[in-house]
Amino acid sequence: MSEAVQKNARMLPYVSAITEGVQQVLREQDNAFVAGEDVGQAGSVFGYYQGLLAEFGDRRIVDTPISEKGIIGLGVGAAATGCRPIIDVMFMDFLGECMDEVANQMAKMRFMFGGGATLPITVLTMAGAGMNLAAQHSQSWEAWLAHLPGVKVVMPSNAYDAKGLIIAAARDDNPVFVVLNKMSLAMPAEVPEEMYEVPIGKAQIVKEGTDFSIFGIGRMVHEALAAAKTLEELGVNCEVVDVRSIQPFDSETAVASIKKTHRALIVHEAVRFGGFGGEIVAQLQEQAFDYLDAPIARVGAPFSPVPYSPALEQVYIPNAGRIVTEVKKVLGL
Amino acid sequence: MAKKISTKVLTDLHLNMVRIRRFEEEAGKLMEDGKIPGALHLYVGQEAVASGVMAHLNNQDQITSTHRGHGHVIAKGGQFSPMFAELYGKATGYCKGKGGSMHISNMALGILGANGIVGGGPPIAMGAAFSNKFRKSKQVSVTFFGDGASNEGSFHEAANMAALYQLPCVFVCENNGFGEYTAQSNHQAVTDVADRAAGYGMPGVVVDGMDVMAVYEAAEAAVKRARSGAGPTLLECKTYRYYDHVGVRGMGLTYRTDEEVEAWKQRDAIESFEALLVKQGVMTQKKLDNVYARVDADIQEGIAFAESSPFPTEDDLLEDVYFVGAKS
Repeated sequence: MSEAVQKNARMLPYVSAITEGVQQVLREQDNAFVAGEDVGQAGSVFGYYQGLLAEFGDRRIVDTPISEKGIIGLGVGAAATGCRPIIDVMFMDFLGECMDEVANQMAKMRFMFGGGATLPITVLTMAGAGMNLAAQHSQSWEAWLAHLPGVKVVMPSNAYDAKGLIIAAARDDNPVFVVLNKMSLAMPAEVPEEMYEVPIGKAQIVKEGTDFSIFGIGRMVHEALAAAKTLEELGVNCEVVDVRSIQPFDSETAVASIKKTHRALIVHEAVRFGGFGGEIVAQLQEQAFDYLDAPIARVGAPFSPVPYSPALEQVYIPNAGRIVTEVKKVLGL
Repeated sequence: MAKKISTKVLTDLHLNMVRIRRFEEEAGKLMEDGKIPGALHLYVGQEAVASGVMAHLNNQDQITSTHRGHGHVIAKGGQFSPMFAELYGKATGYCKGKGGSMHISNMALGILGANGIVGGGPPIAMGAAFSNKFRKSKQVSVTFFGDGASNEGSFHEAANMAALYQLPCVFVCENNGFGEYTAQSNHQAVTDVADRAAGYGMPGVVVDGMDVMAVYEAAEAAVKRARSGAGPTLLECKTYRYYDHVGVRGMGLTYRTDEEVEAWKQRDAIESFEALLVKQGVMTQKKLDNVYARVDADIQEGIAFAESSPFPTEDDLLEDVYFVGAKS
């Protein structure tokens, strides 16, 4: 989100911010290329590589077979030998097809080689429920990735961060997963035309508050903001923190917030059990136990696969209403 | 021999095979004596493959190796001291003791790692080949894998993409007859893995992997084809490992007979090549003895280096998980 709102600010939807980020990286880095399923001729099923094939040609916008092991392997081998690949894994759910290449090769190669290999890889992948795409095209698996030493994981909640995090990821000499959200594609934000980075490893306070900290991951930041508005009417002044970077996690900002508010809730779209919220809770109680006035609450998806039916999906995905309910429970309201 | 090959090439092929054989014999003993921790998958019996293929590669060319990787590393130019040090888990090893036998690597020699995952190498080698073509570098990448790995999806995906993009890549299948402890006839319906090449649109070649000159000649064509931009080749080398899947004697599992092992040893790649070299007047028995003496001295030096080297310290543990430093 923009730090300073300017006059005549340019508004850009999330999808176009992704395009612009990738485009500017490709202009900046001659050894960067995009590879993935339907990225070239089709311009991605989500539309965010539209126009890039025309500008950069098929040497740098590379359509691949439906072969995720091969696609990640291509990225690992190319990154280790002088390229800066931007790898597209169309749906985050497809990581199941290439988890060996991610977890056993990409994440560990530098360490196993005693620092001998450097892997500047950016992986763009699409997460999130809400489009009735059912159990294998709707998941949020950021906790899986965060558990892997050797990779970084970021989740932009808005167009400004999407562009800035893609640029930061592409300039980073480590594997970075940029976990995008499909329900946010049309959502506009102010996005400067020039190249800029959003720092990896930094959370952002998107609304200051004094009574309660709500930590949102990815699209849930917007549900957290909506919940904060409702709670404001009940006299609860919430601070909303966009976690933004899952690995590394910015515990400093999180701890500072809880020292101010003494109460916290974490909300993510992933299933609650084993979700990244548990890690945040653990870090907060380790580092700020004496500042806590109540147990830390968590809102996440129920422990079931993502359902297809709109009727079920609506109740499955965490929302502002559930955040409000949980906050009230903590406060005894 | 079909054509005149220089004495230097012949003696190098021989030297590399002997270096691998003697390294592995000593490493196996050190493992069984408990001096080397962990598990070693030894290459004894398969030396002709690594030596014959690597003769056509330069330091800039890349390879990916397997869990049975020492032979590839030695043939690609790996030195005994940092290799033994790595197996001992010492800070002076090729990977500072962080990788060990199954992940031994050296980027300066183009070794993109041994790999503990069966089928882990082919996608990475394909990626390196993609990079070579992208950078117009004229480098070639070679991926070594076994008959067992040829059943992994990762191999199929890498082979398909290498052929699709006409990448400078060579797929070398070392068919030693077993995927771990399971005989080839129990893990795939084909006899020749090279038959699968047709399914990817690349040439498939079968060669006697116990004949270093046959490997040398077939690899020459495959590497030349890759370097010229004509695309990948699947080169299958029929070979055999004399030792068990892990270690020397291994776990004593009854998956093959002593007679079978003995029959393959009768076709030993080094013995038959030495007989040929002597017959052709390239080597004498005295020269052969000198090779072994020199290699053994190197081995003793390597072991002494490893044993006298320090272990990494706790401070080293979190180093190298991430790149930390100036951005490129």
